[in-house]
Parts: sequence; structure tokens; C-alpha cells
Amino acid sequence: MGYVAGEFDVIVIGAGHAGCEAALASARMGCETLLLTINLDMVAFMPCNPSIGGPAKGHVVREIDALGGEMGRNIDKTFIQMRMLNTGKGPAVHALRAQADKFSYQHIMKKTIEETPNLTLRQGMAEELIVEDGKCVGIVTKTGAEYRAKAVVVTTGTYLRGKIIMGELMYESGPNNQQPSVRLSASLKEHGLELIRFKTGTPPRVHKDTIDFSKTEIQPGDEKPKFFSYETESSDNEQLPCWLTYTSEKTHQIINDNLHRAPMFSGAIEGTGPRYCPSIEDKIVRFADKPKHQIFLEPEGKNTSEYYVQGLSTSMPEDVQLDILRSIPGLEKVEMMRTGYAIEYDAVIPTQLWPSLETKKIDSLFTAGQINGTSGYEEAAGQGIMAGINAARKVQGKEPVIIGRSQGYIGVMIDDLVTKGTNDPYRLLTSRAEYRLLLRHDNADLRLTPIGYEIGLIPEERYQRFLRKKELVEMEVERLSTTKIKPDDVAEMLASAGSAPLTQGGDILSLLRRPEVTYAHLESVSPSPFELTDEMKEQVEIQIKYAGYIEKQLLQVERLNKMEKKLIPDDINYAEVNGLASEAKQKLSVIRPLSIGQASRVAGVTPADISILLVYLEHYNRVKAARG
Amino acid sequence: MVHDTIAAISTAVGEGGIAIIRVSGPQAISGIDPIFKSKISLKDADTHTVHYGHIIDPSSGEKVEEVLVTLMRGPRSFTAEDVVEINAHGGVIAVKKVLDVVLQQDGIRTAEPGEFTKRAFLNGRIDLMQAEAVIDLIRSKSDRAFSVARKQAEGALSKRIKALRQTVIELLAHIEVNIDYPEHDVEEMTSAYIREQCQSAIAEIDKLLKTANEGKILREGIMTAIVGRPNVGKSSLMNMLTQENKAIVTDIPGTTRDVIEQFVTLNGIPLRLLDTAGIRETSDVVERIGVERSKDALQDADLILFVLNYNEPLGEEDRQLLEQLKDRSVIVIINKMDLPARLDLEEVKRFVSKDSIVKMSVLQEQGLDALESTISEMFFEGQLEANDLTYVSNVRHISLLKRARQSLTDAIEATHAGIPIDVIQIDARSAWESLGEILGDEAGDSLIDQIFSQFCLGK
Repeated sequence: MGYVAGEFDVIVIGAGHAGCEAALASARMGCETLLLTINLDMVAFMPCNPSIGGPAKGHVVREIDALGGEMGRNIDKTFIQMRMLNTGKGPAVHALRAQADKFSYQHIMKKTIEETPNLTLRQGMAEELIVEDGKCVGIVTKTGAEYRAKAVVVTTGTYLRGKIIMGELMYESGPNNQQPSVRLSASLKEHGLELIRFKTGTPPRVHKDTIDFSKTEIQPGDEKPKFFSYETESSDNEQLPCWLTYTSEKTHQIINDNLHRAPMFSGAIEGTGPRYCPSIEDKIVRFADKPKHQIFLEPEGKNTSEYYVQGLSTSMPEDVQLDILRSIPGLEKVEMMRTGYAIEYDAVIPTQLWPSLETKKIDSLFTAGQINGTSGYEEAAGQGIMAGINAARKVQGKEPVIIGRSQGYIGVMIDDLVTKGTNDPYRLLTSRAEYRLLLRHDNADLRLTPIGYEIGLIPEERYQRFLRKKELVEMEVERLSTTKIKPDDVAEMLASAGSAPLTQGGDILSLLRRPEVTYAHLESVSPSPFELTDEMKEQVEIQIKYAGYIEKQLLQVERLNKMEKKLIPDDINYAEVNGLASEAKQKLSVIRPLSIGQASRVAGVTPADISILLVYLEHYNRVKAARG
Repeated sequence: MVHDTIAAISTAVGEGGIAIIRVSGPQAISGIDPIFKSKISLKDADTHTVHYGHIIDPSSGEKVEEVLVTLMRGPRSFTAEDVVEINAHGGVIAVKKVLDVVLQQDGIRTAEPGEFTKRAFLNGRIDLMQAEAVIDLIRSKSDRAFSVARKQAEGALSKRIKALRQTVIELLAHIEVNIDYPEHDVEEMTSAYIREQCQSAIAEIDKLLKTANEGKILREGIMTAIVGRPNVGKSSLMNMLTQENKAIVTDIPGTTRDVIEQFVTLNGIPLRLLDTAGIRETSDVVERIGVERSKDALQDADLILFVLNYNEPLGEEDRQLLEQLKDRSVIVIINKMDLPARLDLEEVKRFVSKDSIVKMSVLQEQGLDALESTISEMFFEGQLEANDLTYVSNVRHISLLKRARQSLTDAIEATHAGIPIDVIQIDARSAWESLGEILGDEAGDSLIDQIFSQFCLGK
């Protein structure tokens, strides 16, 4: 029944947030790319919260944009609320978060994909991988279409053997009652990949007209919104507020009375759920002494009355869900439009991947997104763009691109996944990064745009703009460090900043090290001769204000990089490394780290093991050199 | 890892004479320079030169030890890195003090087992044949260290360090939640709260550091100084106690120029014996060093054995010294009881109690039993209780505790300077990591675990 349907460079299975970035990157890098999705109406769909960004996640969106990806631009076009979070804290953790019009979001993304050269978007369910001599060379769909390719990227999200659970009810399904992908899971297993079962969930949606907003607190967007993409300069999007309410004593009572019907506790759910995103029943059991929990009501778009009830993720039976909703102030008379549910799905144990996201078992097969054990649209998209880039580079015979832990949250995430694996769906947190002060929201372009340019995702014109910006910032820092001032010159300015007067003259730059003095203060006494944007001024201020801490972290990075540059040959046989502890031998043989740096992060490998490995490598290299 | 700077005592401890502290790595010169007071700055010194001077404690500015420092710039050194070797005049206390000061310098840490050799190999100074030996060294020493660490991990000390770490990690988790869940209804982290938590951790570290000294007594023995005028038989006494002939015994006053140490056990009580040069004013420079050293040893001693000759009357110096030692644990040993009496015993009793006077003849090996029982009496009476106490004794642990303390102090200072919490977190985190190093714990995911067990988060 099969037929030959076409030949591509790269095939991407799944058009969620990972798949869209992967396909766009591959096509933009010049590879003929096929993007397959079970349902064309579900491209870039948001099956859970209608929002993008926040700490660490928002950083990833900036990084995707700096590399030449789409998520930042797409949300900038379709947001219905934009807020900069953590503004009272340090520059490293300022984080942008947007509410999306989830329908516009997917429509605009679909349009972009449809209009991208080299990219073919097609509806179809991939069921089988074609593997020849250990290399993935294509896929077969449910309808018998056989597509050949030089590399395949699998981004199946929660569709892989998906199962929806609500109370006593359980049925096979992808998210939002889509068809699940069942056969592909078996095909992955047949080819030797080990799978695990994870679980996630989503809260109910309610009708706007049945909410009594007067009993809730308004949460408006920022008056002057900032944007995710370095390319977006302005927007006339109208903003909608979110609303805050809380669970009540009655809510907790209802949940406690119905715990016997909760699949979380009855044993019906076997998958491991995320710790950071527990269901409401989980929260109430684990934090029994907390009298109330926050509930945010978020609009799902401009042209819909559906509201997302953030904080109420649940797999309770439908009738209990309604009781729970109506026990919450403001929702007494609410109409539930969609029921919340838990969903179980298959994921690939991510330690089976190289840092390029290619599987170790099957050559030219890449995986990205929730299939790698993560959770979140941004995490998925961050892996998606890397898998797309590396699939394309593989096809083009080039070395993979690997973002280091000191270069981006994308690097932190992928290194964590492939080196340590994960026991529950992985969410990025800023605390996962060792060098948080270097991985800032404001400097994602400085970190990654040169890479994006080099691999062909950043066009020349944008790159020139970036270089100009970088140059201006450097020139301004230089100017401030050489501008001398006398105490009288700045007395008034310092007084207005509430800062102590200067006793002797010096350079104006050092004043910026004072916590209470901002760049704007300096500007009032010494305006810059350069045309600086607000963004550039922010850069200047951060680079000077936190120079001490930044330098400290840079020093650590330098040390790390030395370890990352000590490469481990791929033919190393750990069993033969004399002196390695047996746990280290076993773990290293599985992970097969690329460098000493990565090896040192493998769980169970001690500093003594690393020392022995270093000695072994030196020995190995000398023997090799002696043999010529 | 290979590019930081390491330090360790590289001679066997406990032998008299010279001990060498070796420092190797990029910060060897810049790290030692500020604590080495000499005519020349190490930074300007030529390679392969030796310099006389003092190691000073940068916090107090006090001289810690008189030393000779050898400078070898890389690659012409054993490790092929910059190497500074500090030759200390000897004595466990002095050497450990020097190492302690060295390890307080930024960027210098304790060397791992076999690490100097490992570096020498990695930098091409040792040939291939020795690679296996290096591996064995690393493995055996670190296994031993591991078993020791594991023993300690079950002990009372590790419980206290774990509790201390818990205080710090709760603070960290609280900061992290404020950062990663800015809209969550957890208590906003305030400078006052950070200060409070850091202060309480610092107070606990101070308590632990205070035990360092008590722990030292038990682990290293009761620091016992043997003092007296020259030639009263101090070295002979020491030899008798140790049954060995380590110190030079002569009739010429001033021949014992170093503090010589011996470890003995008397009735199960560990004693670390310090034989000292005679305490008196001297014009001989070399000997004066020895005399100074004796005075230092006296300061550090837990127990003082004051030796007097039965056939010499009490001199002015003796009276002064007895007066000085009035409040210390002193046993007066009356030596040479076989010779005619010229000493006024009643006068001695004005300074010390009758029970603290032991009559001996070291030459004829008489009176050792009496000395044994007197020491045992003195320390079994409850002046030193060993049982349920926690002790920090390891130099590495002490330096890590001090480092953690410094980081917490930095964090407190940062709150006063108006530094934002995510930056303060960097200091708090390094305190947590230093404490973790004591236990050999990996940082790993435990912070993330703490965040999710301490706070109720989710969408």
C-alpha cells in the first residue's frame, strides 16, 4: 500500500513549538525541508497556558531570536499583554512575559511557515522510521506515503502514545482531544531507543461572561511594553488585563472530600508529573497548611470568551472540577467550557542523545521538545531550533553547533538533559544556570547573534545593525571611563540621586558603580555624543554597574572552557581506563561525554575519576603522537 | 581545574626541622606575595631564588612565622607552573598556621592527593612510565580520603555542617523562588531577612571554628611544652618520655635550637611534646630564633612541664617565668634529685600547688611514674572532656569554613550596598558550595529539590 511520496533533506515530525523552529531553521539554512503534522489546524498550538516567557523561559525566547528563530517575532505580533517581571531585582533576572492571543499566534506562525522557501508543510501522521545501516533515511505515514530524507527530527510533544485522564475516565488521545501518535512510539523502540512515561496537565477553561471580575484583582500589562525580538521596534497591539483570585477554604474541602476520585492518588496515573507544575489536588495535599492558593484568570485571545484558569491544573472528575471552580471567589456562577485533564505520554530518555540532539543509537535522527523530557513551549522551541540547525548541518557535512552553559540557557538545558537526564518533566529555571549574571535578557544578541550569523540564520543587514550597536556600547563605556570630572561638576546630580558628594575628582564611570546612580543621572551632566537607544544605555549601565561580579563569573567561565576544550576521543574504551571507579566507568560509557568538562558533570563521576581520565588522555595522546 | 592554584605541606609533618609548604599554579606568586614580608617583592624576584622574610597574617598584620621562600617560575619547576615553596622553621603548629594563611588567599585551595605529581605529568614534566604510578596514587589516596570522609559524614561534625548548609540552602531557595516565580505569593525576600539568615549561619560557623582548638587537643595530643633554663635536662626528659634520641643532648647551653616535637601516649592521654630551647635572653642570632620559638610554643601549649634542677637555687628568670605561668596548667619537675639539694622547695610551692610538683632523676630514669600519674590526674579531673563534643580539626575544613564565612559576610555587605538579590545570591551560593566541599557533596540538583519541597509552585 505504500508509495514514494517525496525526497527531502530534512523531515520534521510534528509542528508544535519545537517542530516549527526546527523546520524554519533547516529551511532557512538552505535544506529542502518537510514539516509533517497530524492536524494542520494545530500548527504552533498552545494546548496549555496562553502565555510565553517569564524568568529563564523568556531568556530562551530572546536567545532563539538572537539565533534567528521565530518565536520572539511571532509573540511580538500576537501578544495581548506584555509585562517585564523582576524589574525590582538585578539585570540578570529581568524577564519578559507575554499573554498570547493563542489563535493569532498559531495563524501567524502557520503563515510564516507556508511562506518560507524550501519548506513544505503537510498533514500526515508519521508512523514508522526508515533506518538503513544504523542511519535514519526517512519515514512512512499512516496513509502509506514514504518520504526519504538525509535527516529526521522528531518533535512529538505529548502525542506519543498520549492518554488523557479525568477522574475515572481514561482514553487514548493527544492534547486537546487530538489523535495520538501510537505506532511511532513502537518504531522508536524497535530501533533501540529507551522510552519513559511522563505526565502533565492543564486546568479547565471558563466563559468570560460568567466571571464576576469585581471579586478579583486586576493585573494589567506594562504601559510601555518591551518586546522579545531584537527586530521589533514598536507595536500597536491592544492589551488585555489578567485577573487574580484565590482558592477558598471550601475549595480545599471539596478537593479533600474527593481525593479518592483523584487519579493522582488512586494510582491510575503511572507517568511522572512535573514538580514545578503540580495539580491543585497535589498542592493541597503536599502543602496542607497553606490556606489559599493564587488563581490567575487569563484571556485566551481577543476573539474568544475562553479564560484560562492558571493555578488550577487538575485531573479530577468533571463534576468535581465544576464544584472546585464555583468555590472560588468571582467564579461562583462560572460556566466551564473545557474540562481540565492530565495527559500521559512517551518520552525518550534524553541521555541517549548527543549534545547536538542527534540520537547516539541512530545516525541522523534528532529529537527535540517534550519528547526529550522537557515541559514548556519555550524549552521546546529552544531545542527545536538547535535540532533544526544541527540536522541541516549534518546534511551539509558540517560540525554540529553546541551552545555552551556559559553562552545561553539553551546550552544549560541541553547539557542538563543529555548529561544528567531528568526524572520528571524538565523546566528551565534561572537557578539551573551557574553564570546567571552573564546569561541576561539584555545581552542574548551579544552572546548568540554572531553564531546565528555564522550559520546563516541572521541576514547580513541585521548582523551589521548588531555590530553597530555593539560598537556604540563599547565606545560609550570607553568615553565614560576617560571622562574626568571634578566634585563640583556632579554635586547637584549626586544630591538629586541621594548619593554622597564626591571628595576628589576622577572618571565619571566610577559614579555609576554606586547603586543609587543610574545612567540617566550621568547623562544629565555628561550627555553622550553618540546616538544611543534605550537598549544601548541599559547595556552600558549594566556592564559598568556589575563589572566586579561579571568579571568574577567570566573568570569561572574561562576555567570551565579549558575543561570543555579538552576533548575525549570517541573511540575511548572506559573499561580499559585503569583506576577509574566502576560506577564512573559504567556512567561514562553510557553518556559518552564529548569533553572533560561534560564528563565532570555526569552524576557519580568524582573529581578523582576526572583526574584519572586526564592522566589517561595525556597518556593516550602521547602514545598517538609517538605512533605518528 | 588544572588552572587554579594549589597548596599543601609537602614534607612529612611531625619531624623536627624544616617543613615545606608548596604552592603551585598561576596565583602562586601573586597569592603569596601579599602575605610574605621581605626586602623584595616576589613579583619582581628572579626565578630560582631564595628569600628571607616573614609570613604575616593579613587580617591582623602579625608575623606568623619566619621563613625562607623559594621561587621557581614555570615552566622550569617540578609542576611546570609557577611554584613558591615556603620553608618554615618547623613545628606542626607553625607550619599549619602558615598553611592556614596561605589557604585564605583568593584562588588558592588545598591540593588533592597526588595533585602536584598529576600536574607535573599533565604538563609534561614526568615521563610516561610514571603515569600508572600517578593513577595509583590518586586512587589509593582518594579512596582513603573517601573512607575517612564517609566516617566523618556519619559523625556529629557533619550533622552540624549539614544543618548549617540547610540554613543557607533555605535562604537560597527563597531567593530563587522570588526570582523564578515573581508573581507567586511567597514572602518577598528582604535585605533584612538575608542578613538575619547569614548572621545566624556565621554565628554557627564561629562556634564550629572555636571547637577547632579543642578538637586539635584530642586529635593531635595535649600540646605540651617543656620549659626551663638551658641545660636543666629538658631534652633528656623528652628523650626519656619518647624512648628515642631525637633531640640533641649536650652540656653546651643553647644547643637545642628548634622546637622538636614528639608524640607520646601516657596512660591513654595523647601528648604532643615540644622541647624548646632554653628560655633566656641571648645575643646569638640563630639561637634567638629558637628562643623566640620557645616563647611561641609556650603560648600555644595546653600543658607546661617546667623543669628545675634540684642542685641549683631558683633564679630570677625562673621566678619571672613561674609568675607568668601562674594561671596555666603547669607541672614543675624537679630534676637531678640524685644531686645535693640547693633548691628551696618551699619557695617553688608559693607558685604551684604541691600536687603539681614531681621529683625526678631523668638521668637515672626515676620518677616517670609520678609524672605520668600527675598529668593523668590533671587531665582526668575534668579539665578536658572528650566525649560528646564536635571538633573541627582538619586544616582544609577550617579553611573552607572560613571561606564560607567570608562569602556570607560579603553577602551581608552587599545587602547594605543595595545590590539586588540575584547578585547577592552569588555570594550565598559560594558559601553553600564551600560547606558542601567539606562533606564532599555534589551541588547537583539539591537546590532545585529544595525549591520545590519548600514552596508550593505551579500553574
